Amino acid sequence: MSDAYVVGVDMIKFGRFPDRTVPQIGAQAALMALDDCGLTIKDMEALYCGNLGQAAGMVGQRILQEIGQTGIPVINVSNACATGATAFREGWAAVKAGLYDLVLCVGVEQMGKGLLGGAGGGSGISREGLLGSGTMPSVFAEAGLEHSRKYGTTFAQFAKVSVKNHHHSTLNPKAMYQIETPLEVVMNAEMISYPNTKLMCSVNVDGSAAAIIASEKKARELGLMKRAVKVRASVLTSDPWQERDLVMPDVNSCTRLAAKKAYEMAGLGADDIDLVELHDCFATAEILHYENLGLCGPGEAGRMIDTGEVALGGRIPVNVSGGLLSKGHPLGATGIANIYEVATHLRGEGGKRQVEGARIGMTHVIGLGSACGIHILEKA
Amino acid sequence: MSTKPLPAVSYIKIPESGEPYLEGYQCGACKATFLGTRQVCSKCGARDQMATKRLPNSGKLYSYSIVHRSFPGIAVPYISAIVDLDDGTAIKGNLIDIEPDPEKIAFDMPVDVVFADALGRKDREGNSYISYFFKPKSA
Ligand SMILES: [Zn+2]
Repeated sequence: MSDAYVVGVDMIKFGRFPDRTVPQIGAQAALMALDDCGLTIKDMEALYCGNLGQAAGMVGQRILQEIGQTGIPVINVSNACATGATAFREGWAAVKAGLYDLVLCVGVEQMGKGLLGGAGGGSGISREGLLGSGTMPSVFAEAGLEHSRKYGTTFAQFAKVSVKNHHHSTLNPKAMYQIETPLEVVMNAEMISYPNTKLMCSVNVDGSAAAIIASEKKARELGLMKRAVKVRASVLTSDPWQERDLVMPDVNSCTRLAAKKAYEMAGLGADDIDLVELHDCFATAEILHYENLGLCGPGEAGRMIDTGEVALGGRIPVNVSGGLLSKGHPLGATGIANIYEVATHLRGEGGKRQVEGARIGMTHVIGLGSACGIHILEKA
Repeated sequence: MSTKPLPAVSYIKIPESGEPYLEGYQCGACKATFLGTRQVCSKCGARDQMATKRLPNSGKLYSYSIVHRSFPGIAVPYISAIVDLDDGTAIKGNLIDIEPDPEKIAFDMPVDVVFADALGRKDREGNSYISYFFKPKSA
């Protein structure tokens, strides 16, 4: 099978665009990614479109109405917070299979403000606040405190994740926010669900990102190898059975499974990875994923954040984009925005936040329900 | 409208006489327990091995969060708790009768499952409901 390469990739600056439509927001990133490699929609053989909010709304076709209706197949994808990564992976799989030589993958989301999640009805009354909480900040608080019960991880250690990611975002002009948040500011921010304060919750924003995947033959033919990024691994998992499944959405085991498969597929280990964009939907989650992705051993995540190993300039920088906590988290776009970030560093185009000498990077997203997507990318 | 309160979730059983209790489903092949009915075990894949099982009324606190912001109309703060019942079944609910303060809450603290009115919540027809809560075991 041919290798597949990202030849064009871009994202819009995340923000709030209530006056624009979902297809308009998606079309913008699609055009930017096409421009990134000097191709047009006429060169694309298929479109893979990720969106959650209008999952039944044929968003991909409506994007083509904005950028060119060429009659190509459109695959609309919805897979919780792994939506963008799933769309990208479907495109990758088709190129790997030899079905197409050039495909466009778009992730787009327009978000409301406010809390995500909530315990559903079913019987005639709301269960939220009656049978615990189904809000996302609580679900991830409970997953974080599970780490605390095992390893003594503290509120301050969780909060340091936000300090780091907000600092990183000051170097990223495409992040929603560019604001330093010292530890005491993070810890004293409004408590949403202990131990997650408001500054430890990802930002609901609108956004889009897009990538163009090419077969090796096509990338060479078009002279696009110089800035191309090779997809070394693409993995998607669902959550294997766990004993507390029913009451505690499990973000760990499907990530561990995906990481194991991704390292195997790439023939690489965690030591080979130069930077990681992982799913910091809440500060508590990032701590869990250091261990889930094998960036450190069991129980060592607290040390990773204390010593700055995961900060820009550290041993294994994590979320130098600012992460979901500060760059923002437009659900369907996040998976492809991660790929944009890692590709940008591999191309040496990261500007002030460039991870020096980066050759191999990893992206990770997890959608509750659950779906985990991991990609390992390498400078071509 | 029902003359008697209804169970807030399907796995609360309210007998004609006697105390309410929690009922799970257990796989006869691998012994995994589930809340709510299912035909096939999602742990081991065994078919038609599910049998009802009365769940214990006590357990230990596994994990929690203290909810300070929820949806409109929901009283805060409250403690959302994951409890491992004595037979290992994990269940989620509100932890009551303890201050919502991390200093006061200990992992593995023993709790009782108690049944009470569902915080005054009623459905559109005016039915009231019985729910369960976790209460620290008195020392
Ligand atoms: Zn079984």
